[in-house]
Amino acid sequence: MTPPPLLLQATGLIKSYPGVRALKGVSLTLRRGEVLAVIGENGAGKSTLMKILAGVQQPDGGSIAVDGREVRLSSVLDAQALGIALIHQELNLADNLDVAANIFLGRERLKRGLIDTRRHLEDARVHLAAVGLSVDPATSVGTLSLGQQQLVEIAKALSVDARVLIFDEPTSSLSSSEAANLFRVIEELRSRGVGIVYISHRLGEVKALADRVVVLRDGENAGELPKSGIEHNAMVRMMVGRDLSQFYAHEPHPPGPVALEVDGLRTAAHPEHPLSFRVHAGEIVGVAGLVGAGRTEMLEALFGVTPPVAGVVRVAGVEVQPESPRDAIRAGLALVPEDRKRQGVILQMAVRENVSLAALQRDSRHGFLDRVREDGLAAAMIGSLRIKTPSAEQPVQFLSGGNQQKVVLGKWLAMKPKVLLLDEPTRGIDVGAKHEIYRLMEDLAREGVAILFVSSELEEILGLSDRTLVLHEGRITGELSRNALSEEAVLHLATDTEALA
Amino acid sequence: MRKILGISALLFVVCVVTASLSNSFLSAYNLENLIRRTALFGIISIGVAFVIVTGGIDLSVGSVVCLVGCGVPWLLTTHGWSVPAALAAAVVASLGIGLFHGLMITRLRLPPFVVTLCGLLLYRGIARGFTRDQTVGFGSEYKGLRAMATGEIPIPFVSGFSLPAPWIFLLVVAIVAAVFLNRTVFGRHLLALGSNEQAARYSGIKTGRMTVLAYVISSGLAGLGGLLFVLDVNSAQPVDFGNFYELYAIAAAVLGGCSLRGGEGTIVGVIVGAALMQVLRNMITLVTTHNNIEFAIIGAVILAGVTADELVRRMAARKRARQEAAANAA
Repeated sequence: MTPPPLLLQATGLIKSYPGVRALKGVSLTLRRGEVLAVIGENGAGKSTLMKILAGVQQPDGGSIAVDGREVRLSSVLDAQALGIALIHQELNLADNLDVAANIFLGRERLKRGLIDTRRHLEDARVHLAAVGLSVDPATSVGTLSLGQQQLVEIAKALSVDARVLIFDEPTSSLSSSEAANLFRVIEELRSRGVGIVYISHRLGEVKALADRVVVLRDGENAGELPKSGIEHNAMVRMMVGRDLSQFYAHEPHPPGPVALEVDGLRTAAHPEHPLSFRVHAGEIVGVAGLVGAGRTEMLEALFGVTPPVAGVVRVAGVEVQPESPRDAIRAGLALVPEDRKRQGVILQMAVRENVSLAALQRDSRHGFLDRVREDGLAAAMIGSLRIKTPSAEQPVQFLSGGNQQKVVLGKWLAMKPKVLLLDEPTRGIDVGAKHEIYRLMEDLAREGVAILFVSSELEEILGLSDRTLVLHEGRITGELSRNALSEEAVLHLATDTEALA
Repeated sequence: MRKILGISALLFVVCVVTASLSNSFLSAYNLENLIRRTALFGIISIGVAFVIVTGGIDLSVGSVVCLVGCGVPWLLTTHGWSVPAALAAAVVASLGIGLFHGLMITRLRLPPFVVTLCGLLLYRGIARGFTRDQTVGFGSEYKGLRAMATGEIPIPFVSGFSLPAPWIFLLVVAIVAAVFLNRTVFGRHLLALGSNEQAARYSGIKTGRMTVLAYVISSGLAGLGGLLFVLDVNSAQPVDFGNFYELYAIAAAVLGGCSLRGGEGTIVGVIVGAALMQVLRNMITLVTTHNNIEFAIIGAVILAGVTADELVRRMAARKRARQEAAANAA
């Protein structure tokens, strides 16, 4: 049997940005009806490659051929004209417009000089049916869930007859059921001959979906796996260039006294469900649940970002009223927030200034900065957390995601917290750095810090936690000890199947 | 640093051009006047810079200048208040205005643009109301008080030129402001919240209080500026006293390297920016026969300045990319 024809062929792509050579000669091919996964650590060049293929950016060297003919993609419109569409990680929809208007944005059908709304709605219905989305095309996009919005994006791409669809981390903000639906749509598109390039950090998804995997490392092709060879360890090995036999090296150790006691906490988001639980010193407690289950809201209530409406919080036996992060920090709490770039670090500021931010007041003399102590603190954190940076004065925006996260951790370690709250601590971080973050969490637990972490990666929950709380729609639906912990048990509680029955 | 050098170079060029076009530019009288004005505008520009550093804006500066500039002589001459009482009223009014702005912005979460725009209309309106739009001034009284602005401090070993008194105020304000911004916890917190308010709050910084403080500093320095302005010129017309000063101050801060996105700015840069604004105005008066194109020229120069800055920044980034690419290839 001859293989299906080549849709897209990129050869020797080169691209440099200020300070980095993002691509040093990357090649890939995509055939009709193929799902090609592109994986690699952060900074391996995946996003750059996708942007070039979608015409968002232009390569410094190399060539791209569509249907065997060499092309120049000097704009997104060029790429679209050739049938290539990119589904961005952050969706590009106008919330205030309805679904149909979004699908035809920039290509409005006119009737006597005015927008032909009726035709928009009719045509939109056809495209929505193709992606299995049953919403009225006159619905405002802002009222749809993230998963539904993504389907609208796909419908939009199909409406311009896209033959190559590029997905950039499509499931990063979807619930499991939304993700499952997306996979069904992708299967359907594949069977219609659409070529799909799928970027993801989630190796489980890649294994389930991909026909072939291309691995990038440091802006170069690190290897390729055929369908039969797509297997977790093989992918990790290619991505990091070494064997990570012990990815989660969790050693449970005897927990100490209760460090965090939460009794009847009611968050502003889900005031109807009181939350009660304890975390012991030296214990790692995972918090699992779907997106929207109220996990982030729980951490933000504990940390005083959105103060709780009721309930008692005790840290090491002392009652705390978390009215602001400042109160929480004073009580010995620390939060590594979900949105690292917006809530965790100050991108324009140096590593030193970020690391010292929380400790600044404590380390000052009558309100004046103590640069000796500040420099010392920065140097100590760079050393002990192994933050990869040319110097303490480097603005954090030039660090990789993993190193930025270490800066956030450094900021909190300087405060010697009793309880460390982490919200999706490894989101968007490459495999190697993930491993280091896990190790740091383990080390802190061993030193007696109580750790409460939220994660959407089940693997992480399974690998790290001594105990797991599962949330569903603002309620703790269960608590699993390490012995009882399994993927099925977590999913069961996270989707609250018992309540449905 | 690079920005300060760039703006200083621009200031130098404008000075040279003006000097070559007009003989009176370098006269002692003109220079002294120019330097005095720079000090006055420098003070209000530093105030606005604090607000700009937090990512906010203060459009009410000119009206606060008007309120204090008209209010103090009005209280002294029309109502016979004592000097300390009138000055205390000026301090309370200007700091109170800043506090009011800050609380409206942080507690009610109103946009700074709207709050201070309403302030711009309010305070001038109030000043015009209580003065019944009549010109106020000191006449030949209060010589001692007026020396704060009109006085001259002889410079040792230099004859024929002395330092205008407002420079003492500017130097004190600038040094305190620079130390505050660069050497204290509060200053760092202010810069942090200007760059990323959310991350600053998540780090335990009292972002609301720091923001309020910035508006208090801005209005307070506008009040000080207003007082010095009126002491300097001796009479104030409520209709246009301090008109557009907020724009001169904002322009000075932006030319001096403050980013309107917040988190960035130096005091020295702001003073150089204020000087540039004054030299430009001076050039227009000396060189052209009609002053009515003043705003057009100032607008064009600011636009050219920030455009050049952006282009240089991009060129530097591109150059660095090329160098690193070459280094990597080697």
